[in-house]
Amino acid sequence: MKFQVIIIGGGLAGLTAGLSLQKKGVSCAIISSGENALHFSSGSFSGDCPEEVVPLFAEAGVVLKGNPAKDSWRFTPSGSMQKVRLAFEDVTLYEEDKIKASKVLIANPEGFIDFPTAFIADGLSQQGVSCKVKSFSLPCLKTLRESPSEMRSVGIAKKLDCRINEVAGAIHKLLDGEDLVVLPQVFGLTSPEPVRALRDAVPAEISFIGTMPPSVPGIRVQMQLKKAFEKAGGTFLMGDTAVSAEISDGTVRFIRTRNLDSHILTADNYILASGTFFSKGLSSTMQKIYEPLFGLDVDCPTERTQWYSEDVFAPQPYMAAGVVTDADLHPLKDGQPVTNLFAAGSILAGEKNAGMALTSTFKVVKKIAL
Amino acid sequence: MTLQEITGSAHNFEECMKCTVCTAYCPVVPVNPRYPGPKQAGPDGERLRLKDPEFFDEALKYCLNCKRCEVVCPSGVNVADIIQEARIRYSKSKPKLRDRILASTDFMGSMVRPIAPMVNGVLSLGLTKSIMDGVLAVDKHRTFPKYSFESFEGWFKRNAEASQKQYKEKVAYFHGCYVGYNFPQLGKDFVKVMNALGIGVELLDKEKCCGVAMISNGMSEAARKNALNNSAAIAKVAASGMRVLATSSTCTFTMRDEYPELLKVDNSAWRNSLLLATRFIYEAVSSGRKKLVFRDSYKARIAYHTPCHLEKLGWGIFSTGLIKMIPGVELIHLDSNCCGIAGTYGFKKENYEASQAIGKALFDDIASAAADFVACDCETCKWQIEMSTGNKVLHPVSILAEALDLDLTAEANK
Ligand SMILES: Cc1cc2nc3c(=O)[nH]c(=O)nc-3n(C[C@H](O)[C@H](O)[C@H](O)COP(=O)(O)OP(=O)(O)OC[C@H]3O[C@@H](n4cnc5c(N)ncnc54)[C@H](O)[C@@H]3O)c2cc1C
Ligand code: SF4
Ligand code: SF4
Repeated sequence: MKFQVIIIGGGLAGLTAGLSLQKKGVSCAIISSGENALHFSSGSFSGDCPEEVVPLFAEAGVVLKGNPAKDSWRFTPSGSMQKVRLAFEDVTLYEEDKIKASKVLIANPEGFIDFPTAFIADGLSQQGVSCKVKSFSLPCLKTLRESPSEMRSVGIAKKLDCRINEVAGAIHKLLDGEDLVVLPQVFGLTSPEPVRALRDAVPAEISFIGTMPPSVPGIRVQMQLKKAFEKAGGTFLMGDTAVSAEISDGTVRFIRTRNLDSHILTADNYILASGTFFSKGLSSTMQKIYEPLFGLDVDCPTERTQWYSEDVFAPQPYMAAGVVTDADLHPLKDGQPVTNLFAAGSILAGEKNAGMALTSTFKVVKKIAL
Repeated sequence: MTLQEITGSAHNFEECMKCTVCTAYCPVVPVNPRYPGPKQAGPDGERLRLKDPEFFDEALKYCLNCKRCEVVCPSGVNVADIIQEARIRYSKSKPKLRDRILASTDFMGSMVRPIAPMVNGVLSLGLTKSIMDGVLAVDKHRTFPKYSFESFEGWFKRNAEASQKQYKEKVAYFHGCYVGYNFPQLGKDFVKVMNALGIGVELLDKEKCCGVAMISNGMSEAARKNALNNSAAIAKVAASGMRVLATSSTCTFTMRDEYPELLKVDNSAWRNSLLLATRFIYEAVSSGRKKLVFRDSYKARIAYHTPCHLEKLGWGIFSTGLIKMIPGVELIHLDSNCCGIAGTYGFKKENYEASQAIGKALFDDIASAAADFVACDCETCKWQIEMSTGNKVLHPVSILAEALDLDLTAEANK
């Protein structure tokens, strides 16, 4: 099968590239082995973000708050403030590294252990903000509690999203003059409507804070972007893996995937957006860190002992490993650029965050579709 | 040998990083609180079962084996294979009479076909349905697939076999139980389309049910016997260089992937010779080797549903690619959702409600698509969608048979 562009990886970088190109009339296929880092997202993007992302996501129904070029702060589940640029609408952003509230209610569904209420309360008291932690229960959550594997963010969202009035009622009962309610991100799995409805129904600001994975807003955004990509005419090969590639004279000729075996996929241009170790965009043996699909040049310390720092809290050098490219984001193989291949997202060597993933993605999009 | 090779486990279970993404996408979890979910039933449970088989939980039978957990797992864990293999290895419960009947699709088919009109009548009687509901626990809301009076093989021998000799290029056809006993029309459409492409059709030497229903009903020994039979029959034709085509995505998936993974039947000699008909036709046409000539008057708005096993195979693009070749067609991609039937699962009284609840998202999506009909490569999805939405469901090969100008296509492929 032939496309104008084949994208390897369906995470933030791959989907953004696909959606943007497909909207410009470039036919794209995205190959995605499994779900990606968006499913573990905090709900916010760190690092310099390109401004094009805001209108592109808005067309797909994804509202991004904040300023792509200016820092804002969000309150994290560990109770600290973190500098971010953009955030999904669930998150509350502040102009300085201080929460804006005089009295806070932290409300958690009874029995939900993936939300660290004690850390959050601790963080608030360090900021000198008074708060109380309360749990609320609804009859529909009872069956979930019987099975611990279901008392997770997504299971709760599936139950609560269609009962926003009941949730609002339960929170109302707990309110006692608080001007901010902190809730876990367990609302809005398939659409942002439940998040909006709850905000409308409760007479205080609501900040939805990240839980242990999976990330409910992350899954929603992934689904919205994928849907928009397919609606624009894109082909999404879900659950398939690019297993080998033919490169000759510095050009990618075709890709093979696990599911399509002998049926090769060809394109004019290819984008590698396969993420890092976590998504198997990078692999390692005891001796080396490598890029498994094309065998591209990887920037990382050669000595294994230099991959990590003995101090577990220090930045770990292996985390910055990634492919090296020329100025046009063509990755190098044996020192030479592969001319119809681009790299975007966290597969690139250096710091990894959503801003960097998006910036490289839009740069590649502009190279391909002027 | 690398460290990973030494410490590696069956179906990759040690790669699980406990993210619960699989559980988030499992269609059974939200509708059946007794089901522990793929993470717990799969990699988590496997750790315990390896220590002591007593940890096996019979609730694993609620797994549909839809493979959606595998499609989404970021770590490439074969979650559903772990679950199904655990059922095969550890389950002590014997399949009930009802499960045996539902699973024995080809035996039932060959027994009742000669008396099909009577059986269909009896199966659709309110009284029979109530008795089946009460005695056999087959849910009374189910409309049983009708049995056809003439089997596909019977029709083929009488009406088509002789004329296949004129074609130099040949393929073998694995028709499956559904075309065999319930819906020979799809097989007839397949022969029509292949002949128009200038390709003759042969049947396999005694094909048996692929065994998918036996696997899910805890009859893996019986399934393995069928697998060995089919494997020998397919190997024989494949050795002569011929392709074996099937119209059912589930039969194809089962024979390609479940035979080696679950039934331990080595199919490496013929795995790549077995293809879905839609893939074969798509490849023949897109390479320019064959031509399709469509009727100008064919117009349709079609909503395509990707069955779970086709999603896992990753070959949906061939079916939609073929449909998109038809000039008068407007194609709507339905969101990827399980229809809830999962073969014989939804026929069981204890699963009926869960089955309909699972399918709801798909049914709503179909209603809002306002299509002329739904297209789908799976026979059990067809029953479920037709029963639950009232929409007609057609196989892509039947759509081709209808949309093609068969004479002009035959002319173009001479
Ligand atoms: C767990 C986690 C949480 C994070 N949270 C945040 C956050 O909250 N905010 C922030 O700013 N940054 C966060 N990051 C940083 C992250 O790197 C970026 O935000 C960004 O999401 C990376 O996107 P990506 O598309 O480059 O890679 P990924 O999201 O990793 O996607 C790569 C995709 O490629 C697929 N793939 C890999 N190899 C193949 C192959 N051979 N064939 C087919 N498909 C393949 C994978 O399956 C995966 O779907 C997080 C990173 C991780 C790992
Ligand atoms: S999705 Fe994969 S890695 Fe995550 S819990 Fe399930 S099996 Fe484990
Ligand atoms: S195969 Fe389907 S039903 Fe079974 S655990 Fe996986 S997702 Fe759930």
